[in-house]
Amino acid sequence: MSATSPTDALSYYGRPIIKEPVWETDIPLYFFTGGLAGASDLLALGAQLSGNHRLRVSALAAAAAGAAISPYFLIKDLGRPLRFLNMLRVFKVTSPMSVGTWIFSAESATTAVAAACELFSVMPRLRVTAQFFAGLIGPAQATYTGALVAQSVVPAWHEARRELPVLFASSASASAGGAAAILTPAEHAGPARRLGIIGGVAELAASKLMEWRLGKLVGSVYHEGEAGKYTRLATASTLAGTALMALAGRRREGAAAAGTLLLTGSLCKRFAVYHAGKQSARDPHHTSIPQKERGGRAVTQPSSRTGNGSSPSPTTR
Amino acid sequence: MKPGDGVETYEAEAQPRLGFFTDTSVCIGCKACEVACKEWNLVPEDGLAWTGHSYDNTGELNANTWRHVAFIEQQAPDPIKQGKQDFRWLMESDVCKHCTHAGCLDVCPTGAIFRTEFGTVVIQDDVCNGCGYCVTACPFGVIGKRERAAASSPAGAGRTSGQSPDVLQTAVASDGLGAITKRELGGDGGMHKCTLCYDRLQNGMEPACAKACPTDSIQFGPLDELVERARERCGDLVEAGVSEARLYLADENDGIGGAGAFFLLLDEPEVYGLPPQPIVPTKNLGTIWGAAAVAAGALAVGVAAAFLRGEE
Ligand code: SF4
Ligand code: SF4
Repeated sequence: MSATSPTDALSYYGRPIIKEPVWETDIPLYFFTGGLAGASDLLALGAQLSGNHRLRVSALAAAAAGAAISPYFLIKDLGRPLRFLNMLRVFKVTSPMSVGTWIFSAESATTAVAAACELFSVMPRLRVTAQFFAGLIGPAQATYTGALVAQSVVPAWHEARRELPVLFASSASASAGGAAAILTPAEHAGPARRLGIIGGVAELAASKLMEWRLGKLVGSVYHEGEAGKYTRLATASTLAGTALMALAGRRREGAAAAGTLLLTGSLCKRFAVYHAGKQSARDPHHTSIPQKERGGRAVTQPSSRTGNGSSPSPTTR
Repeated sequence: MKPGDGVETYEAEAQPRLGFFTDTSVCIGCKACEVACKEWNLVPEDGLAWTGHSYDNTGELNANTWRHVAFIEQQAPDPIKQGKQDFRWLMESDVCKHCTHAGCLDVCPTGAIFRTEFGTVVIQDDVCNGCGYCVTACPFGVIGKRERAAASSPAGAGRTSGQSPDVLQTAVASDGLGAITKRELGGDGGMHKCTLCYDRLQNGMEPACAKACPTDSIQFGPLDELVERARERCGDLVEAGVSEARLYLADENDGIGGAGAFFLLLDEPEVYGLPPQPIVPTKNLGTIWGAAAVAAGALAVGVAAAFLRGEE
């Protein structure tokens, strides 16, 4: 019964069924900076636990930078920026944005304390404790944004709900590994390099898995228009960055180039996801065709009292 | 029909669930509902443009269109006068569905969107911070943003053209601070949609659109009564030979738990720009948080693995 190709499927003058997200590019930028901060905090905690002082300082610097710039993007994108704090009046598990606001607040506060202690060389015990909590919250900070876009009716996001959080976590790891590898002398940067490589490989794999699971109709949006441009950029940068990190990461220039490529790949991946969502929301068939194939009970027809032997449906189907 | 999510918190103050039954088979496309809604709710102008899509010049539901009449011209036998015409109009007055499980309400991080004692879904203008999350969570594309008026942008930019400078000034000045008027006009950066005339309901009146509808295509009342009446009407139509008549969103077992505003349609939902089998994204919330937990765990494992080989 269901249409198989968009050209013969029904729509209202080709207009979208759902609204295109009103978010602007601040949002993918925040996904990137927030992810970088989250994964860097965990990397810094790892360095703290393993006694790698030099790496800990680099990762903490990256986390602090990410956490410091994030609110700018977050607040700027609000239609009513002065009311940012209204999000701290409630806590709702049905809203990843609400949960995320609390995660981000806790993460940025602990990171700020750790960074301040480090910067002014004061209160080492407080620094260690703050870093510990920042590292614990880090993974939540790096993944909730994937849940945030998945909890929507946008087909390219909601239908990718199983893959988006792991894609965002991988992308965050790649960026955190890349940033720390740039900032740390090679002899101390081993874990950063490996995190960059693990993150890069995982990001490439998660992207492929997501597109495959989305299927042809919705999945192809990641290769069209703006989304396609960023997907190609992300794939090329991450692939090159991962390979370069493995081959030349022990040399300072190699690590710098590879880290930059990983950061670029991670940033572009967030933009690809962002544009894919917008494009998929604009296409009524992305909404209607998978729904028809799934079936359900939104349309019901009470049986007539005398049975009907009359005209067949005159619809254009 | 089940009560809307959250109505139980009203306890004794909860009212019978109120809603709309929109019977498109008697809609004549007069747009009295669109006009009455604008007048009563002080909804700003939505641009004065021709779409080229039959008589539909508002195009969609959004921040500044809370009732939207869709016009479809079809080559088909007339559903009533069989065999007399080879053309038919489909006209449908669309509106917020006031879902039993409302995606917009679930995701709103400020609590601006709430369930009223009548089971309807309303945005509080004075709480909404314009985050836009609700826009991405409505399966019907109902909610829209009133773009903030850029002080320097020429008149005609965005959806607020035609607003007097004073009105814009008021809207901007009232943001977050100071007194908030009952309805902010113009580009306030917030999200807006049908309130099912919450103020009228609280005063025992029917919503403006239903009041204005000259053919009773829009019927208002206790939801259970409406559903019963709609089933009867649909059965009558089918019996009379309009075999394509069907009810949309009148089943509490559908993906949104049934709607407070449901419809009798004469064609597939997509023809009217409606999703055929909408689901509230919250239905998959467990999967989503589960995937996030797995991802966070994987990230921790990845970082641990990065340290495993020790220092080089
Ligand atoms: S139709 Fe959309 S805006 Fe209206 S209650 Fe349902 S989810 Fe919310
Ligand atoms: S834009 Fe306003 S109403 Fe919509 S989710 Fe955000 S705070 Fe709630």
